[in-house]
This record gives sequence, C-alpha cells and structure tokens, in this order.
Amino acid sequence: MAELLKIKREFEEFQKEYYCRNREAEENREKENQAATQIQSWFRGCKVRAYLSHLHKKAIIIQKIWWGFTARARVRQMVKAAYFIMKMNFYEEMAVRIQRRWRGFFVRKYIHNFYARKKYMEGLVMKNELVRRELDQLEELQKRERDCLDMVKEHTAKVYQAHRLHHLLSTKQCPGVFNSPFRPAPHEMELLLRQVKYQAPTRLASRGKACLLGIPSSTSSSFPATLGSPLIKTSRTYSSRPILPPIGNKKQQGLSREAGEGWEQCLHCRELMLCLQTSYMHLEEAQNQLRQLEPVRIRETGSTLHHLSHGSNSFPHPAHTGKSFR
Amino acid sequence: MSQRHVVQVFEQYQKARMQFVQTVADLANRPQNIELLQNAGVMSLLRPLMLDVVPSIQHTAALALGRLADNSEDLAEAVVKEDILPQLAHSLASQNRFYKKAAAFVLRAVAKHSPELSQAVVACRGVDALVLCLEEFDPGVKEAAAWALGNIARHNAALSQSVVDAGAVPLLVLSLLEPEMALKRIAASTLSDISKHTPELAQTVVDTGAIAHLAQMILSPDTKLKRQVFAALTQISKHSVSLAEMVIEAEIFPAAMSCLRDPDEYVKKNVVTLMREVVKHTPELAQVIVNCGGLEAVIDYLGNCHGNVRLPGIMMLGYVAAHSESLAMAVIVSKGVPQLALCLSEESEDHIKAATVWSVGQIGHHTPEHAKAVATANLLLKILELYMNASSSEDLQTKSKKALKSVLQKCTYLPSLEPLLYEAPSNILKHVACQFSKVLPHDSKARRLFVTSGGLKKVQEIEAEPGSPLQEYINAINGCFPEEIVRYYSPGYSEALLERLDDYQPA
Repeated sequence: MAELLKIKREFEEFQKEYYCRNREAEENREKENQAATQIQSWFRGCKVRAYLSHLHKKAIIIQKIWWGFTARARVRQMVKAAYFIMKMNFYEEMAVRIQRRWRGFFVRKYIHNFYARKKYMEGLVMKNELVRRELDQLEELQKRERDCLDMVKEHTAKVYQAHRLHHLLSTKQCPGVFNSPFRPAPHEMELLLRQVKYQAPTRLASRGKACLLGIPSSTSSSFPATLGSPLIKTSRTYSSRPILPPIGNKKQQGLSREAGEGWEQCLHCRELMLCLQTSYMHLEEAQNQLRQLEPVRIRETGSTLHHLSHGSNSFPHPAHTGKSFR
Repeated sequence: MSQRHVVQVFEQYQKARMQFVQTVADLANRPQNIELLQNAGVMSLLRPLMLDVVPSIQHTAALALGRLADNSEDLAEAVVKEDILPQLAHSLASQNRFYKKAAAFVLRAVAKHSPELSQAVVACRGVDALVLCLEEFDPGVKEAAAWALGNIARHNAALSQSVVDAGAVPLLVLSLLEPEMALKRIAASTLSDISKHTPELAQTVVDTGAIAHLAQMILSPDTKLKRQVFAALTQISKHSVSLAEMVIEAEIFPAAMSCLRDPDEYVKKNVVTLMREVVKHTPELAQVIVNCGGLEAVIDYLGNCHGNVRLPGIMMLGYVAAHSESLAMAVIVSKGVPQLALCLSEESEDHIKAATVWSVGQIGHHTPEHAKAVATANLLLKILELYMNASSSEDLQTKSKKALKSVLQKCTYLPSLEPLLYEAPSNILKHVACQFSKVLPHDSKARRLFVTSGGLKKVQEIEAEPGSPLQEYINAINGCFPEEIVRYYSPGYSEALLERLDDYQPA
C-alpha cells in the first residue's frame, strides 16, 4: 500500500507536476515561442546576410573585372582618337604652312605683282614718250602738208594774177611796171609775167582754172607732186562730166562765123602764126588742117576743154619761139 | 493780136511774181529785215505762191519761207499755224529736186526752234516725207532731208523715236558712205543727235552698222566731218558698257589720238569727250585707253588749250583715276598732277575748278603714295583755300571738302600737312591731327622736325572740346613727346614761369 500511496502521491505529484509543467510550459510557451522565433529570425537573417554578402562580393568581383575591361577599351579608344587628332593637327599645320606660302607666292606673282606693276609704270612712261613723239611727228607732217597746200594756193593765185596782168610785161622798148631800172633785179611779179603763157580770153571764162594747166611746170618744179593734185582734180572732175551743149534754139546755119572765130582759127593753126614759114605747101597744109577741125567745130558751138588743153599745150608763146615750156 | 496781148499780161504777171519772190528771199537773208517783212504780212503772201504753177516760183517761195522761219521763231510758229506744213509734206513726194531741197529747208528751219514745233512737223507726217527724200539720188536733197531730221531729233527722246520709227537710220548710214563731204557731215551730225537721248536709240543706230563707217571716217582730212564723227561716237558710247565696248572694238583708239593734234579746237574737244565717255564705264576700258598712251595725249591737250574746252580732259583723268589705284598711279606717273595743278591755278570758272578738285581727290585717295604725290604738288593748300573762300560756289566748296578729306585720310607726308595746321577749320583740322597722331609715334626724325618747325606749338594752341576726337588726337600727339617739351610749348608757359619767380625765395 505504501507503494500505492507512493504511486498515488507520485501520480498526484506527477499530475501536479504535469499540470505545473504544463502551466509553466503554457506560461513560457509565448516567451519561448518568441525567443525561438527571434533566434530563428536572427539565424535566417545571418544566413541571408551571409548569402547577400557573398553575392555582393561576387558581384563586386564581376563588376570590377567588367569596369576594368571597359575602361581599358575606352582608354584605348581615347588614345587612338588623341593620336588621330594630334596627327590631324600636325597635318593641318603643315597644310597651313604650305597654303600660306602658296598664297603669298601666288598673290605676289599674279595678282599684286610689284615688279610687274613697276615695269608697267616704266613701260607706260616710255609708251607715253613714244606716243608723244609720234604725235609730234604726225602733227608736224600735217602742218607741213597744210603749209604746202597753202603755198600752192598762194602760188596759183599769183600765177592767176600774172595771167590777168600779162599786159604789164616789159617789152624791149619799154620796161614794165615791175621791172624798174632802179632795181638790182626784176620783181618776182615780172619774172612770173615772163613765165606765164598768154591765153586768149575765151567764152568759158569760168573754166579759167583749167587754163592754168597750160602753166609750164618750171614754175611748179619746186613743189612736190602734191601740186598736181588740186589742179588735176579740178580738171578731172571737169573732164569726167563733159559739158553738153545747151539743147537750144541756137542753131548753126551753115558756116556762119561768130565773133572771135577768126582768132580761134589762128589758135588752132599754129603753123600760120609762126613767123618763119618753112614749107612751100605751108598754106595748103594749114587749110587742110582747119578743114579737118571744122566738122567737129560745127557741132560744138563753144570750144571745149579738150580743144583748149590740146591747143594750149602745143601753143608756144609768140614772143619766145625758141624756148619750149614743158 | 489780142492773144499775144493776153499772153503778155500773163508773162508780166509771172515775171512780177518771180521778182517778188526772189527779192523776198534775198531780203530774208538779213536778220534785220525779218521783222519788217513779218509786219508787212509776208507769210500770207508767200503761201499762195507756193502753190504756183511755175516750178521755179514755187521753190523760190519755199526758199524764202525757209529763210524767214530760220531766223525767227515767231515766223516759224506762224508757218505752223497757217497749215503750210501738211502741204509741204505732201508735195515733198511729188516735186522736182529743187523744190524738195527748199521744202526740206523749210521743215528744218521750223523744227530747229523748239520741241513743240518739231512735234508739229512730225504730226503732219513730215518725217515720212523726209525719209522718202533720203532715198533720192541728188546729194543736195539728201543733205537737206538729213539736216531736217537732225533738227527734229535733237530736242527729246520721243521725237528721236519717231524719226527712228520712220526708218531713217539705215538710210542715214548709207548716206555716210556717199562721196559728198557735206552729206557725210550732216549724216554724222544727225546720227549723233538721234543717239544722244537713250540707250535704246543708240543701240538702234549701232545695229545698222554705223560704228564701222564712222570709224573709217576718223582719218578724213575734213575738219567739220571729224567733229561730227567724234560727236556721234561720243553720244553712242556714253550710255552703257556694251556700247562703249563696241566703239572700242572698232579699233579707233590709237588712230583717234592723232586727231588730238588737229589744229581745230572742237575736233580735239570731241576726241577727249569720247575718251571720257568710254573711260567712265569700267576699269578694263580705262586700261585700254591708258595702254595706248591716251593719258599722255590728254595731258598734252590740257597743256595746250585754255578755258572751257579743258573740262572733258580734266574729267577724263578723274574717271581713270577713280577706278583703281594702279590706274591712279598711271595718271601720276604720266605727270597728270602738275598739269591739274596748273589748270587749277589758271582757270577762273568755278565749275572747271570743281572738276579739277574732284579729279585730284580721285587720284589722291587710294594710298599714301598717291596722297604724297598730290601733296608734293602743293595742292592741299590750294584746295583748302578754295574751300575757305567765301566766293566759291557751293558745288566747289562741297567738292573741295570731300577731296580734302579723302586725300588727308591717306596722307602721311608730314611736311605738307604742317601748313594745314595753321589755316584749316576744325572739321579739316581733325583729320590733319589724326594723321599726325598716326605717324608721330613711330618716327623720331619726324617728331624732331615737328617740334623745330613750330608744329607742336601750334597744336598746343588749338582749342578743342574735351572728349571730341580732335582732343583725343591732340592728346595722342602730346603723348609722343616728353612732358617738359609739351609744357615748354604750351601757351602762356612764359607767364607761368614768371609767376613761379614771384613766389620764389632764394635760399
């Protein structure tokens, strides 16, 4: 029985203890639970932290390697670029030097060439001088020509005067107005009068200039050929437009002689006027000649230039038969 | 018997008419008779005589009318009012050559007085009739017709256009080729009158090949022809670059310079005018003329002639120098500047002086070399005098001022600038001082010269408002010299020193 009581007491104690332990356990359950939770969470945290730090470390390693790689690549690129830029700068500078020299050369040689300009100015001065000399020469030439023409005109006027004043020529008997015995030598007018051939006054007095063709060339020998031109020109214009006779009421009836015709006949028959009658048949020959001229004359009532020049060229001055004026 | 009597009466009347008309024509030659004739009512008497049966009375009446209209504008207006012109124009087509000449003479006499009268001639279709006359054989008729057309075309562009529209220009160019000198002269003068108004008219004249013919006639011995030919070429070339180039391409230039030694003044003047008109367009044309020695010829021309005819020569030099500095240097090298200085001193007319001053300005404004050439000819002082002279015209003063300014801005030749310090007004003085302030800092010899010649003293005496450019330049000049020298030359320095003497206590 004691054992039963012991066992019962033990059982009661056991029950009490069981209940006490349960009660304690119950009481401590919360606390223990929390503690366990805390321990577990802390542990889990440690685990995770360790994991994370592991990860970090690994990530850092990876990143470290990657950055290094990338940076080295970038630096390599930068070095390449810097090298390139350096090269380009160098080239540019060299190119600038070349261009500078070239532009200076080109401008100085082709655009603002100092020596060419200097030469140009010197050449211009020389050219100016040349031009001035040439112009001076030309001017002188022209002046001489003009003077020459003036002189010719003057001389022609004088000769015309002499021609009109033929009656003042001095004769053997009586000295003329221009040949005063008190002068050492005759006046130039006197000399001119002696030289000028006498021309009978013709009806065509206005064609008087043509008469001057008969003026012997001795008066004109001192002048150059230009003398010929003004006189010849007038004659040429005249001869190029032959004067037609007026379509008129004046008709030649038969062989009617007009005033002055006899004198003209004398002109045309120079043989008759010669003092020396050389041939026996002289008169007949002269008459034949007249008859040859007559038919032509009948048609033309006035003597033409043609006749005149023909007559005057071959007509020697009656007073000086020996001399010939050609 | 009675038939003869009747015929005699008519013959007497005809003789009387003929005598009247001839006497009137002779009287009309003298200007003093014109008014008397006008008062006697000659116009109404001559008008029926122009319709007379006898051709010689007709053309003598026309001749008398022409002479009357030539001498007096009132009579010309009376001719227009009496409606004689349409009759004339109509009969121009039909009559003989003497009448045509006389009728053309009347038209020319009427047209020469004023544009309105010319317009009246155009309105009655006179231009077409005259152009028909240009196709005649007789050179006298052509000359009269060409002269009338020239008088019409002279007044303004519209009338010229009507002459051109009637087809006159090819006929005029053909008449240039005729042998008669008078006809050539008149044709050249008419072409010059036509082409002087506008470029289009000049172009029309050129298109008919006038330039080649005119160029051939340059060396003809006739003086008046040469005058007209050069006048025509001048009028053509003055309008535009292309026309001037065409005139140059006809290669007149070395040959035309021989005409610059012609004894006739107007030929020379016209040649120089032609050169001026050609030169003013572009530098290349100026270069052509300079290269054939034109500058020398013009400078000789300026030396030989006097008065108004110098003007085109002076302007030509100015235009050449204006284009570029090498051309200006060419003018200087050909001794143009001394010649221009002579012209300036010899001529008394203001407009010639103004042109000379302008030319000098054009020559001198390019570089210091050019300005030095101008300054050494003592021109700066002369131009300043002209500027200051109250009796110079406004144009002369403006031009002198501009020329002076432009030359001064480049002038670094100090000896010639110094006289200007004394006389110039403040607006010119500013430029002078500016030049001094540019040159003095760099040249010690010039500084010494400046001091010894009294220039520094003068500069001190100049009063300028502080802050104005003149004051700045003066300060810059003063800065080139040591202070003692500046103080020495400043006005009133001797008094300042004496005052110091008053306060001084000997030790």
